[in-house]
Amino acid sequence: MRNRIVVSIQAIGHRTIDSIWRLGVASRFFVWVLLKSTTSFLRFGLVVREIYFVGVLSLIIILVSGLFVGMVLGLQGYETLQKYGSESAVGTLVALSLVRELGPVMAALLFASRAGSAITAEIGLMKATNQLAAMGMMAVDPIARVVAPRFWAGVISMPFLAAMFSVMGVFGGYLVTVVFIGVDNGSFWSQMQNAVDFRYDIVNGVIKSCFFGVAVTAIAVFEGFDAPPTAEGVSGATTRTVVTSSLVILGLDFVLTSFMFRGVS
Amino acid sequence: MTDNLIEIKNLAFSYGTRPILNNVNMAMSRGKVVAVMGGSGSGKTTLLRLIGGEIKPAGGHVKVADQIVHHLSRDELFKLRRKMGMLFQFGALFTDISVFDNVAFQIREHTTLPESMVRDLVLMKLQAVGLRGAHHLMPAELSGGMARRVALARSIALDPMLVMYDEPFTGLDPISLSVIGNLIRRLTDALGMMSIVVTHDVQESLKIVDYVYFLADGVIAAQGTPQEVKSSVAPFVHQFVHGEEDGPVPFHYPAQSYQKDLALEDFVA
Repeated sequence: MRNRIVVSIQAIGHRTIDSIWRLGVASRFFVWVLLKSTTSFLRFGLVVREIYFVGVLSLIIILVSGLFVGMVLGLQGYETLQKYGSESAVGTLVALSLVRELGPVMAALLFASRAGSAITAEIGLMKATNQLAAMGMMAVDPIARVVAPRFWAGVISMPFLAAMFSVMGVFGGYLVTVVFIGVDNGSFWSQMQNAVDFRYDIVNGVIKSCFFGVAVTAIAVFEGFDAPPTAEGVSGATTRTVVTSSLVILGLDFVLTSFMFRGVS
Repeated sequence: MTDNLIEIKNLAFSYGTRPILNNVNMAMSRGKVVAVMGGSGSGKTTLLRLIGGEIKPAGGHVKVADQIVHHLSRDELFKLRRKMGMLFQFGALFTDISVFDNVAFQIREHTTLPESMVRDLVLMKLQAVGLRGAHHLMPAELSGGMARRVALARSIALDPMLVMYDEPFTGLDPISLSVIGNLIRRLTDALGMMSIVVTHDVQESLKIVDYVYFLADGVIAAQGTPQEVKSSVAPFVHQFVHGEEDGPVPFHYPAQSYQKDLALEDFVA
């Protein structure tokens, strides 16, 4: 019994040390990616190519999800607000929810599942099939040539995807509440225009999505590069990318919202 | 400054506690094709990785062009690697770009040649391996042997001073095998470079190489010219060259007795 307790404590200790060690390796890798980013900017075509794969190809899922989230927000918002006779404020509710929170967070979660997992799988598979080693043997740094362009493509794509998610969401809300339910068109847009502040709502949303972009893509490229070169290794790394990214997005969202919170007036 | 392009002195390497190479000494000069042979797991590929600076030795050193490889900084190592080519065991082609772009990759990365000249160079390299007509295909559309030939064209794209071939003959049909063997020989002679061929194909490699090293249990078990190897009566060389089951090279990985594993000891007794 005593032995079992000791073994359990040891196992917890090992896992903790391993996790801290891995965090250190990941941080060092992240700094390395930043230092090796010159190639990405000198040959921006490499980044543009990756923006197509991680950004443009994620558009469909982002736009469709944004539309449905906006429609649901419109329905739920209308149902609650009409009890107080404030159904014309539904535009404000939809826009603020999307621009401040749901846009950046949902877009980042979808981006992690669609593009983050693809980045990890691609880099992991390149490692498993010796493509990264071959590149290194050809005196081409794989971090500069493969990792950094994907990282910057993700960072650049994320705010645009979040913005498009919000735009589609607002359109979805408009469709349901104004077109289908019959809320006044003028009130819907004017109340939204009055309530949504460019600096505190839109810019803060963009700042959030930038942070999420860095976090998701950094996790994705690290997991791919660090993946054991086997089928199980790559699949495990892909899963870790989605799980870790999702948790980091939600945690980071709380931290960022705390910093952006303007206090109780 | 010596004539030797590669000098390996007292080289030792281990994966964890498992020793792979121990006190290996070799000297290889320009214009030569050298074969490194040995059973599976004898450390042949590890030796290539040590020469290329992918891994660092536990002891001794590898000198390439009078530079100790594991003492070089990353930039110096990359500078040296520009003069090296390597054919990986399974080709390691970049799967997201075409055959043409694979061969052009290194030329585009390291030179500022105009695209028309890149095209000519790539087609010449592909012609040498018989795949000029396949330049537009993607790696997924190639057979294993074709992929290896493309990888060979890619490894010689910049006419390096040293090319390392890891199992270049595996998966090739007899015609391609002979053509590739001759190509390695002709390239080495024409460019005055040196080639290291890690292979199991004894008969084909003995036709084209100048010198052979046999690795076993992490040490050089035998060495010599192809004539010396063919006429050798040393048990190890004889077994390897003639592919015999019985001899100093064990076929089976070390294990406890077969009867014990199958729990048949009582019956056998």
